[in-house]
Amino acid sequence: MSNENTPSVHIMRSQLGRARGLGAAKLGLHHWWTQRVTAVALLPLSLYFVLSVLMLAGADRAQVAAYIGEPWNTVLFLCLVAALFSHLSLGLQVVIEDYVRSDAKRMLTLLVAKGGVFILALACAVSVLKLAF
Amino acid sequence: MKDVREALMVGRNTEGKLVRRPLSPFMLGSAYKFQTSSLTSIMHRITGVALGAGTLLLTAWLVSAAAGDAAFSVVQALLASWIGLVVLIGFTFALFYHFCNGIRHLAWDAGRGFELPAMHRNGRMVVAGAVALTVAFWIIGFLVW
Ligand code: HEM
Repeated sequence: MSNENTPSVHIMRSQLGRARGLGAAKLGLHHWWTQRVTAVALLPLSLYFVLSVLMLAGADRAQVAAYIGEPWNTVLFLCLVAALFSHLSLGLQVVIEDYVRSDAKRMLTLLVAKGGVFILALACAVSVLKLAF
Repeated sequence: MKDVREALMVGRNTEGKLVRRPLSPFMLGSAYKFQTSSLTSIMHRITGVALGAGTLLLTAWLVSAAAGDAAFSVVQALLASWIGLVVLIGFTFALFYHFCNGIRHLAWDAGRGFELPAMHRNGRMVVAGAVALTVAFWIIGFLVW
């Protein structure tokens, strides 16, 4: 079938998808937009974090717990954790997709990276809550 | 062809024979001059990934604080050791750089700041701003510590 003069590609698109003709699912746009939204959220949140760290320089555990336990600080730290780790998850995904070319390795690396980021995010959120309650 | 992306690489030469089209060289390397734009761009990626590694420290700090005094003083001592401080200085620079250049990225996304002279100027401003913020942070940090 394939001779030198007929180019052919295997397209990963179902016949049904082609017939319906709805186009892309807009996942790419969603990824891009979420990265910008989390970036904008991180502008004030990272400044808040930097100031918190400065205020807590040399503090002992009880002081750190008391600070993070203040209701607004608990809320802001949880916002920071959410924005930071979703931004990181999306960012690492792009880097991996750029450099890991083989499908199997790329999927594996993505799963490990996303899983790792998720566990770190959960560990941070649970710790903040534990300090608060 | 196994990969759909390969389809874009197929072309015909003047004799009508199918050929693989040439690809422009990779952006970093001898083919292009290394300049403000390439430096600030690759730095954004490097600092982003470095900050990702930095979240391990953030997690260690929060988890140990939640775990108890013993764990917290271990982490605190590690961070306050000279090697810990060097690593933290690196992370604060990464954060301030990524922060400043992130603003530059968001401005581009809004369609602003594409003129080359402006781009080179604010690229240098980003690097200078990141250095200044890092120095200011550590001066204040050592003062309040
Ligand atoms: C402080 C506020 C921050 C802002 C304004 C910001 C902004 C951005 C923007 C606009 C991008 C997209 C760049 C592009 O299109 O190539 C990006 C990418 C990225 N960011 Fe951030 N970011 C911030 C904080 C962080 C933090 C704290 C981390 C890590 C925990 C992080 C990790 C990343 C990574 C890994 C990427 C992907 C880099 C790439 O594709 O080359 N960012 N950031």
